Amino acid sequence: MTTVLTLAVLALVAVAIWQMTKIFELSQIKNEDSQIANDEDNRYNGYLMFAFMVFTYAIAIFSFWKYWKIILPEAASEHGVEYDHLMVASFIIIFIVQFITQGLLHYFAYKYRGKKGNKAFFYSHNNKLEFIWTIIPVVVLTGLILWGLFAWAEITDINDEDDPLIVELYAQQFNWTARYAGADNVLGGANVRMIDIDRANVLGLDESDAYSNDDVLVKELHLPVGRKVNFKIRSQDVLHSAYMPHFRAQMNCVPGMITQFSFTPTITTAEMRKKPDVVDKVKRINKVRAEKAANGAGNSDPWEFDYILLCNKICGKSHYNMQMKIIVETQEEYDAWIKGQQTFGQTMVSAK
Amino acid sequence: MSAIETIHMDDHDHDDHGHHHHKETFVTKYIFSQDHKMISKQYLITGLIMGAIGIAMSILFRMQLAWPGESFPVFEAVLGKWAPDGVMDADIYLALVTIHGTIMVFFVLTAGLSGAFSNLLIPLQIGARDMASGFLNMLSYWMFFISCIIMLSSLFVEAGPAAAGWTIYPPLSALPMAQPGSGMGMTLWLVSMAIFIASSLLGSLNYIVTVINLRTKGMSMTRLPLSIWTFFVTAIIGVVSFPVLLSAALLLIMDRSFGTSFFLSDIFIQGEVLHYQGGSPVLFEHLFWFLGHPEVYIVILPAMGIVSEIMAVNSRKPIFGYRAMIASILAIAFLSTIVWGHHMFISGMNPFLGSVFTFTTLLIAIPSAVKSFNWITTLWKGNLQLNPGMLFSIGMVSTFITGGLTGIILGDSTLDINVHDTYFVIAHFHLVMGISALYGLFAGVYHWFPKMFEGKMMNKNLGYVHFWITAVGSYGIFFPMHFVGMAGVPRRYYENTAFPMFDDLTDIQVLMTVFAIITAGVQLVFVYNFISSIFYGKKGPKNPWKATTLEWTAEVKHIHGNWDGPIPEVHRWAYDYSKVDENGEYIIPDQDFVPQTVPLFEDEEELQH
Repeated sequence: MTTVLTLAVLALVAVAIWQMTKIFELSQIKNEDSQIANDEDNRYNGYLMFAFMVFTYAIAIFSFWKYWKIILPEAASEHGVEYDHLMVASFIIIFIVQFITQGLLHYFAYKYRGKKGNKAFFYSHNNKLEFIWTIIPVVVLTGLILWGLFAWAEITDINDEDDPLIVELYAQQFNWTARYAGADNVLGGANVRMIDIDRANVLGLDESDAYSNDDVLVKELHLPVGRKVNFKIRSQDVLHSAYMPHFRAQMNCVPGMITQFSFTPTITTAEMRKKPDVVDKVKRINKVRAEKAANGAGNSDPWEFDYILLCNKICGKSHYNMQMKIIVETQEEYDAWIKGQQTFGQTMVSAK
Repeated sequence: MSAIETIHMDDHDHDDHGHHHHKETFVTKYIFSQDHKMISKQYLITGLIMGAIGIAMSILFRMQLAWPGESFPVFEAVLGKWAPDGVMDADIYLALVTIHGTIMVFFVLTAGLSGAFSNLLIPLQIGARDMASGFLNMLSYWMFFISCIIMLSSLFVEAGPAAAGWTIYPPLSALPMAQPGSGMGMTLWLVSMAIFIASSLLGSLNYIVTVINLRTKGMSMTRLPLSIWTFFVTAIIGVVSFPVLLSAALLLIMDRSFGTSFFLSDIFIQGEVLHYQGGSPVLFEHLFWFLGHPEVYIVILPAMGIVSEIMAVNSRKPIFGYRAMIASILAIAFLSTIVWGHHMFISGMNPFLGSVFTFTTLLIAIPSAVKSFNWITTLWKGNLQLNPGMLFSIGMVSTFITGGLTGIILGDSTLDINVHDTYFVIAHFHLVMGISALYGLFAGVYHWFPKMFEGKMMNKNLGYVHFWITAVGSYGIFFPMHFVGMAGVPRRYYENTAFPMFDDLTDIQVLMTVFAIITAGVQLVFVYNFISSIFYGKKGPKNPWKATTLEWTAEVKHIHGNWDGPIPEVHRWAYDYSKVDENGEYIIPDQDFVPQTVPLFEDEEELQH
């Protein structure tokens, strides 16, 4: 694959060099010794403008054909479906506008390339025309704004309806910890000033708070499918950002405050692994990894698809590898998993 | 003292200068010059040198992204101890992206672009002998120069330069234990920026006063070329927003050095709790982006003005919708100060604020759209002279539209959630403000080179080579980058192969990097052309592009005071290209333009533009 691309790039470079020599050649025939564009220059650059219009379309088509498959698979959360619709609608509008404006811009540059004796058309303004192209963006944007704002209001409305699961995401350089609220579904109080590394109270939970006793601290995020999750997000040192791309979810982690995000996962990890585009993606990646392994490189074991929580705010040296696995499973699987975890109270007792 | 008195005094003062020159030494002419033309050249050349450094850095980290963890002799040569055995270190990667951003945004596209062309064109196009205060102007350049030196010197600090991203969000930037770059490197960054802001304010105040007070007789605000309008409005935005960044920098310095807690609270790092209590990093984000967002318009507006001007001249047509253009500039300027929150949709600020900022952000698309349509219509039925400056102007409109359209996605708080801080953002802003503003800069250099260097012109064929390869290369880098963003790749990742999810993106990274290397390489053609033309460029005619504006009536040879005789009087707007009478003949026979200095002819209509 890389070879094909390299060849394509080399071909492009060759074309560029050919064009360069052509330009030099042409300029040498009629060397007027002037650095001002003459009819020859206008003609030649006019044609290149037309070619450039084709290029802008070509690179767009090429990118879609070649790279559409790399983008994130379908949204795995309830609000994510709406998000994807709005994204597609915006993209359609963008591409219509892009197609028309780039076409006109470069076509005019080609069509009206200068020639001695040609007369430009003195056309200084046209109120009607200007009104029309002010009002069109106004109408289109109003539609997009309203759609976006309704979606935004829904996504950011974090409430306790429908018995949400309460989970804390805790960020530090350079790893994540998740804290489940336990049987009472209420997180115990916490502050960095109560962190006690020696006693393994790494999140600074208030040991005297009864709510914190049944909290569960884990390094892998498990979520039951179809149940709303309210995330309470904390950071102990610098800014981080909890980015869960497959769920169209992201919120910064700010030291000194608790930020929130909420979504309902809709597709289990097992189901997602069976989606055709995910299967394809895994296949492609494993091909790359097999090549790596053949070359004796490390970090090249075959991959199985998993949801992921990434850090998406620069946070220092290992920012690029600050991540946590997310597993969406059925309620039964989740119940079984959580039952097997130690509560905070239990770990404290065993630490003593 | 009233404005009118100032003008008279100034006129009197300078008329004297026109006749007998001061004796000038090398130092007063080339170093501590107070002449706006020399200061403009100083700004341009300093900006270009900084640009070369910034672009070189981008090549280094693009290579790391395409071939993660590979050893390159060039890394070892340039980065030394930060690239043991030629493998780039993760800390220096962050430092490179940080300094690349800082240099390109502030030192190249703010000071280099605005500083060079505001200084050159404001006095020449409004018909003034010089800036309102030559001394402050000189001071402004030299403070800029000092801030450049400090910024570059931070590259040589023991623990490395600032590495918290060009937005330097605390606590990362405030705590030396959070990363090595937040020690001395960050201190120097802050000092450099504080001086830079002072320089920028001095320059901006000077531009504003000059445009308001020193316009020649007849040069009403609605006869100003659009370039002057954009420089003027840019300066106003700068004066309004830069002081806020200064306050953010000062508060951050206090947090760092004097133990205050403006931006810090509840921090546990490296095994201990710090004393900070009650501050908020979100406050810093507000202060930073209160400048940071207007900043992108400070960068792009001068490019827009330059492009409008060059496009009209080379189309041999008036700019379409002159008044609508001015209205758009003013609308953009106003809106630019109330959209900063769109950088913070997911920062933890109240979501309702996010709704407000979405609304104002998408509003700003309207004047931008009007401008784009007006440029396209300016080309329509023109007689396009495709000089290198014109090609870059057309290229600027193209990248501005392409980059601007994706702003519809990022400006929408809902859609921003999943593309925030990914490569989608990188692709967006590089096209809409990076590449576009650079095209504006190049267009301006090719177009006004004869004005800067006493009639000498740049080689057009090298200019064509420069443009076409740059144009193809820029799209080659940034178009595919949108897809990397939509694949969910976060920005500022030292490598994308630490975990398997993005392993299939290596191809596309290689493609972008190869394009980047080619595009950066072809800038050397420009450098060669620029330097050789300064010394050996062919002299062209006095008004090579047949433009109407005043700068081409000034003396070709640089003299203090610009015009040897009295300052020309202005009788018409700047865009009487291809104007015809009732019989369809040019107003001046056989000449398709009417300079601003030509009085209205009998029974000629001064159109209501």
